[in-house]
Amino acid sequence: MADQLAIGSRRGLKPALPLLLPAYLWLTVAIFLPLSAMVFFSFMTDLPLAGKEWSFTLGNYAVFFSQSLYSTLLFASLRLGLEVTLWCIVIGYPAAYVLAKVLKGRSREAIFLLVILPFWSNGLVRIFSWAMVLREGGILDTALNAVLPFKINIDLMYSYPAVIIGLVHSYVPYMVLTCYLTLQAIDDSLIEAGRSLGASRRQVLWRVIIPLSMPGLIAGAALIFVPVVGSFMEPRILGGRTGTFYGTVIEDQFVAVFNWPLGAALSFILLAVVLIILALAAPVLRRAG
Amino acid sequence: MAGVQVANVSRSFGAHKALDDVSIDFADGGFYALLGPSGSGKTTLLRQIAGFDFPDAGRIAIGGESVERVPVEKRRIGMVFQNYALFPNMSVADNIAFGLSVRGEPKATIAKEVQRALDLVQLGKLGGRKPHQLSGGQRQRVALARAIVTKPRVLLLDEPLGALDKALRVDMQIELKRIQREIGITTIFVTHDQEEALTMSDRIGILRDGRMVQEGPPEEIYDRPQSEFAATFLGDANIFRGNATGFGIKLPDGTTIAASTGASVPAGAKASCAVRPERIRISTGAAKPDPANANTLTGRVSKRIFAGNNSTYFVDRDGQTLKVIVQNTGAERLAEGEPVVLSWSPDSTVLIAA
Ligand SMILES: Nc1ncnc2c1ncn2[C@@H]1O[C@H](COP(=O)(O)OP(=O)(O)OP(=O)(O)O)[C@@H](O)[C@H]1O
Ligand SMILES: [Mg+2]
Repeated sequence: MADQLAIGSRRGLKPALPLLLPAYLWLTVAIFLPLSAMVFFSFMTDLPLAGKEWSFTLGNYAVFFSQSLYSTLLFASLRLGLEVTLWCIVIGYPAAYVLAKVLKGRSREAIFLLVILPFWSNGLVRIFSWAMVLREGGILDTALNAVLPFKINIDLMYSYPAVIIGLVHSYVPYMVLTCYLTLQAIDDSLIEAGRSLGASRRQVLWRVIIPLSMPGLIAGAALIFVPVVGSFMEPRILGGRTGTFYGTVIEDQFVAVFNWPLGAALSFILLAVVLIILALAAPVLRRAG
Repeated sequence: MAGVQVANVSRSFGAHKALDDVSIDFADGGFYALLGPSGSGKTTLLRQIAGFDFPDAGRIAIGGESVERVPVEKRRIGMVFQNYALFPNMSVADNIAFGLSVRGEPKATIAKEVQRALDLVQLGKLGGRKPHQLSGGQRQRVALARAIVTKPRVLLLDEPLGALDKALRVDMQIELKRIQREIGITTIFVTHDQEEALTMSDRIGILRDGRMVQEGPPEEIYDRPQSEFAATFLGDANIFRGNATGFGIKLPDGTTIAASTGASVPAGAKASCAVRPERIRISTGAAKPDPANANTLTGRVSKRIFAGNNSTYFVDRDGQTLKVIVQNTGAERLAEGEPVVLSWSPDSTVLIAA
């Protein structure tokens, strides 16, 4: 590792530039330009469409601070992101462990496919299938009532748990994949060494395996937390009236209210908050990893 | 500290018998080498003793206590892995402290024991480093310190020196032997390297296809191999095959070879004789035969390999190539193609039942 870095720096960046150029061009066109346009919008009073008058303003940002609704929703979204991330760890990490360290050969491939499957299905299809499962008289309700001797009413539809379920289902493959990769790289002899030194399986898990898989957990958490905080599709469809979050409000500004400047300003506030959270978490996580 | 008894242990993987009725006694405080070709079951045997894997049949006892079904963490063994298996996220000191810390020892005790272990392997000042900042030999020492700091009853090493280069290997052999003497721990050591097995161990067990072929002190196995395999696997040997005469064997061409050590084989049965290359005297036909070297054969030098302090002659005789090793004392050197007389004593000839 250190050797490779040394070689890299000795040769310098220059020979790599032609190779990097397409990537930078793509980044400029696909991300930097639209993003700068959004930054621009966020400081405008109105969209310059149909010859409307507009001027520069900080008002869009001021809205966030003057109305407590937005910060309340932001907190709700951050909490949602945290909860979904935690559930993804709770469900995804053991699955990744079993995939990487317990299963071998064919059965590993089969289970892997099952885990990746949500990736390949359309997001909307996925969410609407959950709607069919979770609603009253839906699949879960009918199935449970067929098995249980007493009558229960399962109607998770349009509730906070439904949003969590939908989001966890969509995002858990990220956690499984990142953790699988780091767990895969942990040599089995490390586990055996731990046990030969008198550590129980649980002690080996907490003292050797989890610390060594920290990079995967962190990468997975970042990949999940950031989009979940801004998510709007799952909250809207599965959460119904309870599903108003920061992301859905931003979406409203763009598709319903057509207040793009406010939508853009709210997006950048979210981006700033998320970056601050990641920056604050980085040193703590680095020490743990 | 304790001895280890392995009795009639078998272990199969599918249809493949990795260990087939293996029995061996490791005495308390001894240094044992398990030697054998690749795939012969050395690692499998070590893993049964460690408790990473359980035998299908047979008994394993450590210090007289039956452990076949005891999981590894309860066996109080120390293990050194071929790739060292140091925890990459922990410092050297934390690696060594691991076994004591999972046991819940007080911090002060741990610090003291870790320092003592570091001193024992002569890495006193490197406790703060991470494993990737160490050389191969230093990692090896850390792995050893980590394995012995918990005061295990047995120390198990699976080709621990395999990844080191020759010079470092010899250093570590001496070092390992010193540490083993110092703490007097029963040590079982898997190796590919016959020289390592010969120089380091009190006793050697030779495995082949999951069976224990022969077990004993190095000198005994070298001087009195009980099978052609043991004779050729541990050191070099010239093998003659024929029928037993009661005093040795008679080769198909009528030549007799006398043997005064080895198995007793009834006359007429198939048997072979093994002779070490350095026990054979090679001379030109003109030299006077020596009565002490009663076994004589004639042949022709086909090749000579000079190796500094000694030379190896390959001598063709009746379709067989014999190997003779001669110390280079400055005496005459034989040329390739020269007819020669080979002679050796029956005392140097081991009779082996076929
Ligand atoms: N977990 C396993 N599953 C299936 N077969 C195995 C397993 N472990 C070992 N074997 C087989 O058992 C035999 C003995 O293997 P073992 O690792 O003990 O050999 P070894 O003497 O240590 O060889 P080497 O010197 O190459 O390390 C081999 O044929 C191997 O393929
Ligand atoms: Mg092996």
